[in-house]
Amino acid sequence: MELNGCHCEDEGGTEADDGETRQQTPGKGRAGDPRIDGGIEGGAAGPMEQGEPSERRARHTADSPRKSRPPFPWFGMDIGGTLVKLVYFEPKDITAEEEQEEVENLKSIRKYLTSNVAYGSTGIRDVHLELKDLTLCGRTGNLHFIRFPTQDLPAFLQMGRDKHFSSLHTALCATGGGAYKFEADFRMMADLQLLKLDELDCLIRGVLYIDSVNSSGPSECYYFENPTDPVHCIVKPYRLENPYPLLLVNIGSGVSILAVHSKDNFKRVTGTSLGGGTFLGLCCLLTGCSTFEEALEMASRGESTRVDKLVRDIYGGDYERFGLPGWIVASSFGNMMCKEKRESVSKEDLARATLVTITNNIGSITRMCALNENIERVVFVGNFLRVNTLSMKLLAYSMEYWSAGRLKALFLQHEV
Amino acid sequence: MADCSQAGSGRHSMDKSITLPPDEIFRNLENAKRFAIDIGGSLTKLAYYSTVQHKVAKVRSFDHTAKEVDGDPLYEISVQEEITARLHFIKFENAYIETCLDFIKDHLVNTETKVIKATGGGAYKFKELIEKKLKLKVDKEDEMSCLIKGCNFVLKNIPHEAFVYAKHADSEFRFQNTHPDIFPYLLINIGSGVSIVKVESEDKFERIGGSSIGGGTFWGLGALLTKTKRFDELLQLASRGQHTSVDMLVKDIYGGAYGSLGLTGDLIASSFGKSATTDKEFSKEDMAKSLLHMISNDIGQLACLYARLHNLTRVYFGGFFIRGHPVTMHTITYSINFFTKGEVQALFLRHEGYLGAIGAFLKGAEEDNPNQYSWGENYAGSSGLMSVSPDLNPMQRVRSGTFDMLEMDRLERQLVNLPLLQDPSSYIPDTVDLTEDALARQYWLYCFEEALDGVVNRAVASQPDLPQAVERAEKFRQKYLHKLQTLRHQPFAYGSLTVRSLLDTREHCLNEFNFPDPYSKIKQKENDVALRYFQKVVRSLEKLPWEQRQFALVKGLLAGNVFDWGAKAVSDVLESNPEFGFEEAKHQLQDRPWLIDCYDQWVERLKGPPHKCALFFVDNSGIDIILGVFPFVRELLCRGTEVVLASNSGPALNDVTNSELQILTERIAAMDSVIQAAIKEDRLTLVQSGSSSPCLDLSRLDKALAVVVRERHTDLVVIEGMGRAIHTNYYAALSCESLKLAVIKNSWLAERLGGKIFSVVFKYEVPPQSPGLRR
Repeated sequence: MELNGCHCEDEGGTEADDGETRQQTPGKGRAGDPRIDGGIEGGAAGPMEQGEPSERRARHTADSPRKSRPPFPWFGMDIGGTLVKLVYFEPKDITAEEEQEEVENLKSIRKYLTSNVAYGSTGIRDVHLELKDLTLCGRTGNLHFIRFPTQDLPAFLQMGRDKHFSSLHTALCATGGGAYKFEADFRMMADLQLLKLDELDCLIRGVLYIDSVNSSGPSECYYFENPTDPVHCIVKPYRLENPYPLLLVNIGSGVSILAVHSKDNFKRVTGTSLGGGTFLGLCCLLTGCSTFEEALEMASRGESTRVDKLVRDIYGGDYERFGLPGWIVASSFGNMMCKEKRESVSKEDLARATLVTITNNIGSITRMCALNENIERVVFVGNFLRVNTLSMKLLAYSMEYWSAGRLKALFLQHEV
Repeated sequence: MADCSQAGSGRHSMDKSITLPPDEIFRNLENAKRFAIDIGGSLTKLAYYSTVQHKVAKVRSFDHTAKEVDGDPLYEISVQEEITARLHFIKFENAYIETCLDFIKDHLVNTETKVIKATGGGAYKFKELIEKKLKLKVDKEDEMSCLIKGCNFVLKNIPHEAFVYAKHADSEFRFQNTHPDIFPYLLINIGSGVSIVKVESEDKFERIGGSSIGGGTFWGLGALLTKTKRFDELLQLASRGQHTSVDMLVKDIYGGAYGSLGLTGDLIASSFGKSATTDKEFSKEDMAKSLLHMISNDIGQLACLYARLHNLTRVYFGGFFIRGHPVTMHTITYSINFFTKGEVQALFLRHEGYLGAIGAFLKGAEEDNPNQYSWGENYAGSSGLMSVSPDLNPMQRVRSGTFDMLEMDRLERQLVNLPLLQDPSSYIPDTVDLTEDALARQYWLYCFEEALDGVVNRAVASQPDLPQAVERAEKFRQKYLHKLQTLRHQPFAYGSLTVRSLLDTREHCLNEFNFPDPYSKIKQKENDVALRYFQKVVRSLEKLPWEQRQFALVKGLLAGNVFDWGAKAVSDVLESNPEFGFEEAKHQLQDRPWLIDCYDQWVERLKGPPHKCALFFVDNSGIDIILGVFPFVRELLCRGTEVVLASNSGPALNDVTNSELQILTERIAAMDSVIQAAIKEDRLTLVQSGSSSPCLDLSRLDKALAVVVRERHTDLVVIEGMGRAIHTNYYAALSCESLKLAVIKNSWLAERLGGKIFSVVFKYEVPPQSPGLRR
């Protein structure tokens, strides 16, 4: 048994799943974001504007009389395993009076965030995602989406401290694993109280909100028509009017799969540890790259069939006995068992194979979950899909192909 | 499928150093008929069907219409040659293929075979070589179909084929009972990729899914990450690594558990999630471990999703990724437990590596209808399951490069469940699993080793006129001793280790060296002596009043059971004091109350209506059967109960065999009108059990016995003797009344049960709501 003393217990670790959902935040982030502080916090995105705060929010925000909006600035953050996603609502209807009252700190934060697209060496504002002229809690403004690596969170906290962020708020809405892990750091380094919100709840609200709020511009939700035909594969808008039930697949560092039956009725079906973090982690080890963008860029130039062993590599063609076409991957990285082939592949090939392996695996687990849950609509979200058309098309393809067209893969603009 | 590398280079250099021990492998090749071969990435599995000529003991009644002379034996014993069918399976490294083919070519004489069935990824690669060497046409068979066929075959014919793997448990392997109905099940074959096959019947199976992340991914990606080329070495690396330095755990993200979802902090959130950085180096061990977890978990998860979707709970794993590797069996088991919360167990197969070869063979042998027969693993000729864990198996290094063998005998009859088992799927014949009970294991292994000299002597004595008896007996001793030593280190080698399997292994080894029935002469003599007392015993019983007679009958049954050469304590006494008689045996018996004493209930029951039909599993020959069993049976017949006497089909120790019992019954009928009438009226029937073991597996009995039992509406089962009622079936639950009786002739066992040597077990059991009790 214990071959080596230590590893025995880590076996435990096996747990594949877990899904760390956190990254995916994007979705949620947006939604939740508006809420900033304890007060409104809930912010409840779109749906809330008209209605009463939901019970659950009310719970959190003991003191939020409807009329008193939370003080600016309005933030929401999602601290994932790899990325921190920050949403900032920039009020555009500021009156002169307000402008005058606005304290210096607040003004400087607003200026800093809205006048830059990059912060420090790693923070990035996704300008193309910005939502303009939104009405939120009676205020009109723009919603900004900013991300930076979780490992730079200390620098962020330092900045918050330097800019005296704490003078403006007592609490900051946050979700994701980091909201728990770094809670003490927020308090001690930046004197900020985190209002922790449930991650899956935020995620689902975010997805629904972003779809509803974005009705004016290009459709938030879309799918690929003819995904099995590379020539005729085109992006088509999809209206998520009556979205339930849907399977929500959140691909962050890991993957969480949720079955959503209504706004408040959902469960995490399963997850897998083979997610965006695995793609990036393996790519770093295999190719020496260091960023997601770099890894994706390499993948786009590579050829996975040099790395993977296909059905035709084994059977010389289709495996007819079981109806498997020859082009199907029989063994991911299977050609790499062979020394000569290991020496003949490029880094780009390896990156591409990693991407294809991880993506197809997510597709296959998702498909099984959809069957087990009897759900036909699947929404893929999460930062892994950001600028990752390759994976999205693969997912669309595999949903369509393996289900003989019964399953539909949907994507969101803001996930990307 | 997955090999590349050293096909040509290594082979020829290795050939020179290879010498095959012809005695040990490719046995019975001269008569080999039909061949099949399964060539995988690194191992070749060869299957052939052959006939084995061996000696069997026959008894033949003398014509006793002629005048009887005192001192003439009751019947004649002869040793004859018999030919039986046997399947041979041999597994060796691909490097040996050429040498092996040469050897086969040189030794293959009698075959009329023109083709060899082939499967496995390497089949086409070696096609020319095989055709050239053997002059046989290679006929390729689909790999998956062969796999399934082989899987069905082993599940049906080898008890304890499937096991659950538990790395940290006392016994690493927990064997599963063969379920009477093996279908439906899920087979997850993890080769370079993964195939998930649902098997619904012998001929119906479907590949319901698969995954490209499999053994090839572990090997290929592992080789890239660690620069380690060999699969085994990668597993070694993985077993030493720490995945937590490479994987991002839930606690790395949350700082602890994610309680609301029930995800503990140690769960892997993202495989390789920590390696997305350029400023850190990771050890080969850690990366290999992380990779192993990633792949095992992924396969486990998919397996569970498919099992749930198709509502299947029996999930077997095979393929080179699994093949006897404790590391992968452990991670797969862990993953399945995690994803199904224990509802589904990952099952592995002892002969998993042979499935393809077995299936290919069966495909070629369809005209012989191999599925029509029952087959039994021959413990003497099979090398058994070896742990590859270096901790458990220090001999493992030595073994690599050796040949692994499986031999299966075709049984003369089809074996089925006793229809009277309460729950066939939960029936376990053996009382103690020595794989789990280390103390008992030590004792019994010691005990069998101690008794070996006596067995060897008796074997030699049984064949005074046959050549080389001494040499053969010595070979038998070496072989059995070696088996015992193997079992000391690898108790799980042949499934659960039990007293029964130790006894059966001994019988197989004796047969192997042509000692088909070492006790034949002793049995003959004892039967002869006992017969002379039969009438006297019956007469004295008849004089007793009813109550006393019932007790005397039971006591006689028990006293007869003291005469058992299989028990060392008794064989010592018998050998030193041949006068040890029936009466003396009665004095040896424990006084009532017995160790287990249901006698009062039994007598109460006898006061009620007679049983419809009693099935009696008899034990020893001589005094036991003639002076113990027959008087008891006679009383049952007089009560109006029909009796079926079930005896062994083949010899084991001094147990009475079916052919001996037929002669004895004739002789008894000649002197007893009750027995004679019962035979004439078909109220007393002799059947064979289908077994050649001193123990009894009620799930593998002659089909004809099952038919009789059903037809006669059997409502009482009597099981007699230590082997059949204590070592096995002590806890067997039957759907009718049952009587289990034995004298404990082993002080260690007696002590364990809370008694002393010659303690009596008299266990009378009535199932809930038995119609027999309703009066």
